[in-house]
Amino acid sequence: MGHEASHKAIIWKVFGILSVITIVEVGFGIVKPAFLFSTQFLGTSLLNHLFLILTLVKAYYIVWYFMHLGDENKSFKYAILLPLIILIPYLAALLLIEGDYVFETLATFANWSY
Amino acid sequence: MGANTAEVSREKLWDGGSAKPMGASYGKMMMWFFIVSDALTFSGFLAAYGLTRFKFIDLWPIADEVFTHFPFLHGAHAPMYYVALMTFILIFSSVTMVLAVDAGHQMNKKKVSFYMFLTIIGGIVFVGSQAWEWKNFINGSYGAVQLKDGKIIQFVEHGHQIALADFVVADHEQVQHSRQNGLWFEKGETLPTYTVDEVITGFKAHPEVQVRIEKIDPSTKKKIILSREESLQYLSQSARVVEGANLEVNEYGSSQFADFFFFITGFHGFHVFSGIVLNIIIFFNVLIGTYEKRGHYEMVEKVGLYWHFVDLVWVFVFTFFYLI
Repeated sequence: MGHEASHKAIIWKVFGILSVITIVEVGFGIVKPAFLFSTQFLGTSLLNHLFLILTLVKAYYIVWYFMHLGDENKSFKYAILLPLIILIPYLAALLLIEGDYVFETLATFANWSY
Repeated sequence: MGANTAEVSREKLWDGGSAKPMGASYGKMMMWFFIVSDALTFSGFLAAYGLTRFKFIDLWPIADEVFTHFPFLHGAHAPMYYVALMTFILIFSSVTMVLAVDAGHQMNKKKVSFYMFLTIIGGIVFVGSQAWEWKNFINGSYGAVQLKDGKIIQFVEHGHQIALADFVVADHEQVQHSRQNGLWFEKGETLPTYTVDEVITGFKAHPEVQVRIEKIDPSTKKKIILSREESLQYLSQSARVVEGANLEVNEYGSSQFADFFFFITGFHGFHVFSGIVLNIIIFFNVLIGTYEKRGHYEMVEKVGLYWHFVDLVWVFVFTFFYLI
């Protein structure tokens, strides 16, 4: 590995993007706009979907530019990403559906009046 | 980047490629595969957290009401600002790490060691912040009462949560069974400051205090506050006073909330700690010129991958524990 051009400019740019997204997330978390907060979609509020998307954007920037996965071979990228992209949503979907089912089954038996 | 990829001809690929399959060096590839397996471990934990949360979706503690502390601002209601700050600290230490890797590509020993040093400091500050967060969580700030069937009830005045100390007076003698008294080298459970009877007496003496239960009102997404009469009915079911959090019970609500908080942030904190140790080892190797002699700074790149991964996990922990 010899001398290469510095990537400082892109590093600071990515830092700026990550910071802005974090500030936006915290802002939404504190203000909780009524429309996003109370509209339900796919089992949770729109606000939570927004948080999830912003988090995935942050993850993309960290993996692609800080961990330099974007500079690797195509086969290497797939070897790393495919197991994660396939297994994590699969596991999460099954467990969340199961959790919702358990809630609907058990919550009716909870006693809230004395 | 040309330096990271090896040119392999098509015919050679069918024989297993060159000594560098997929164009990555052995060490770097193994670090990536470790990261994949570790990412799946964390996904398993977070998915289990999701399962438990969906299971108790109508009574899960609301993060804004649990994490409200900020250093040097006593009593101020500052939800999330502190964890946001922690996120910044970790992202910034990721930036100094990637700058160290960048300086390594240019064989600039002085800059690599400087940025590695900053990364280590950032990591230590982060772990310290997490310890402070744990301290607040364990000590608790308000106190609550647990009912006989395990439910947690909290106390509010004009819709805002108040501490037990604000309306309860302790007027009983109690002796904490420590190692110095009673049975030799045995100690008893930590005793709460107040008894259940004192809480009920204090509640009756303060007509403005109401009970807030764990159940969430689906229309407002806030915890339900009971009327005075209902509050007294709930209080008649009291079993014990709870202050702070441990693995068995906590003043915030469902005991599994604290269990997952301790386990997942603890496991992440342990990763940060390991990362700091690795960074310190590499930092000294840089100082004594190991990589200068070797001709490349790939080792910095490998621990860098691990460090960024720790940052990546925190981004998700932050989202699932504090935002969602």
